Amino acid sequence: MSKSALLKSSIAKKYWMALTGLFLCTFLIGHLIGNLQLIFMAGEEGRRAFNVYAYFMAHNPAIKILSYLTYFSILFHTIDGIMLTIKNKKSRPKGYAYNNAAANSSSSSRNMALLGSLILVFIVMHMANFWYKAKIDNSAPFPLHVYELELKQDGKKVRNDQTMYYFTHQPTLQPIPKNRKLVYRDTTNNITDLYIKGTNIKIAEGYKDLHSLVFAFFGQDKSKYGFPKNEQALYFTLFYIISMLVLSFHLWHGFASAFQSLGINHSSYNKLIKSSGKLFAVLIPLGFAIIPLMIFLNQI
Amino acid sequence: MNLTLKIWRQKNPNEKGKIVSYPVKDIDGDMSFLEMMDVLNVELIEKGENPVAFDHDCREGICGMCSMYINGEAHGPDRGVTTCQLHMRKFKDGDTIYIEPWRAKAFPIIKDLMVDRSAFDRVMNAGGFVSVNTSGNTIDANATPIPKEDADKAFEAATCIGCGACVASCKNASAMLFVSAKVSQLALLPQGKVEAKERVIKMVNTMDEEGFGNCTNTGACEVECPKGISLENIARMNREYLKAMILK
Ligand code: HEM
Ligand code: SF4
Ligand code: FES
Repeated sequence: MSKSALLKSSIAKKYWMALTGLFLCTFLIGHLIGNLQLIFMAGEEGRRAFNVYAYFMAHNPAIKILSYLTYFSILFHTIDGIMLTIKNKKSRPKGYAYNNAAANSSSSSRNMALLGSLILVFIVMHMANFWYKAKIDNSAPFPLHVYELELKQDGKKVRNDQTMYYFTHQPTLQPIPKNRKLVYRDTTNNITDLYIKGTNIKIAEGYKDLHSLVFAFFGQDKSKYGFPKNEQALYFTLFYIISMLVLSFHLWHGFASAFQSLGINHSSYNKLIKSSGKLFAVLIPLGFAIIPLMIFLNQI
Repeated sequence: MNLTLKIWRQKNPNEKGKIVSYPVKDIDGDMSFLEMMDVLNVELIEKGENPVAFDHDCREGICGMCSMYINGEAHGPDRGVTTCQLHMRKFKDGDTIYIEPWRAKAFPIIKDLMVDRSAFDRVMNAGGFVSVNTSGNTIDANATPIPKEDADKAFEAATCIGCGACVASCKNASAMLFVSAKVSQLALLPQGKVEAKERVIKMVNTMDEEGFGNCTNTGACEVECPKGISLENIARMNREYLKAMILK
């Protein structure tokens, strides 16, 4: 078997579409569970929990591997999908004067490329809105979420009297000097380190407060989160909800279709696959859409 | 009943072609669609015009020659029938009926409603057979025990008459239903298993080279297929193809 057939043959392309598509479906489950923390925990407690989660997601090596797989899947699924669509258009250079496609297939199944392209627009916007600000952009005004390092003196845990800290993620064994004072020092890797004045003893690390970022993005009163006021929350919220509707249609056909592409089609479990696909296509996008809606309506 | 037919007319493969309107009168509901076309053609010949060219042979739903895209569906609005078996009682007095040829890059138009389906033959030639010794000592097929379920599935797949309605109805002009039926009918039987790996790869490669599109599982083919060939065959071909790629 030549190597190019692994990429070029029509059936191999389908296997790639299905594998990357289903991987993205599992990604959606994880992403949704993480995001739901935004609405299930209120107040300071919720802010802390979400930021702890965000910290974990950004620093865990296993998650890093998954995130690269996700980038790869989006890229590959998109490129493969575009190549498929181009070949398919070329396969019928002249269409019918009168075509009754609704008689034999669902509109989702016939519009996967359009739906996928709209999802791609969403993904680009979404990454600019959150991923870029979280990972790259340091110019935006950003409240910090500060993680206090655990400090010990003579082997005993000591409380830090800075009440603004509430989480310890990494113990260190430095003794605390008496007259300590905090200074901020910006580092290049998106972390603001907090040192004791005049020493190189790090007592805390500050990260971008992603919880506040989300609430400011969809919330109507941004100033509450330390961001400049802006009036676009309604448009952002609508855009996110409509995008989830598009995702829902993509999955309405896509989920079950992927199993067929992988050669999984048997009368004893076809019904199960089809109905789980429809359930998935409704529940996952609905779960995502509820988050900006509730934040926008100030329900949390 | 009286009808208005809107028929694709194209003199030869290179001419542009267009839809032309023809009224037909006094069509009997018990006529087949092709008999109705005969009525029109007799009228055209009497008027000294060119009759509409269309493919047909058995007129009893078994040869796979008839091939009309009728009111937006391959073989028309009825299910499980070929164009020759479609009755005019499926239409109403006063209806306008669009009649077009199969549309696919791999099925170039010869004239009017006739298309060249030899791409299917080339896919078959690539591997749609079982190599047997014909020197006088062939083994009786019935001497090889075959599980009933496999035999039934192989037979169901073998009912495909190669009409091309699957390609015509697919939005991607994909030939997956036809090719998978042919791959399946052989792969399911012991005689066909010997060459299964080579066969699926060669047939799929030829299918791709002929310019058919990629399957996106819309399922239109299964709905429009006059023989009810199931999508299960496509899944089987996908499995056979993966097996062949990995194990070869
Ligand atoms: C979270 C994002 C996405 C998920 C979960 C997803 C999921 C899926 C799944 C499960 C399939 C079915 C695969 C198959 O039939 O074998 C599919 C098909 C498809 N996707 Fe996506 N997709 C996503 C984003 C995109 C994007 C960004 C595009 C870009 C244009 C795209 C374009 C397509 C196309 C064209 C198909 C049809 C291909 C076919 O049926 O063979 N998708 N998608
Ligand atoms: S699979 Fe059905 S529609 Fe396709 S060629 Fe065979 S009989 Fe015709
Ligand atoms: S003419 Fe033979 S199947 Fe219709």
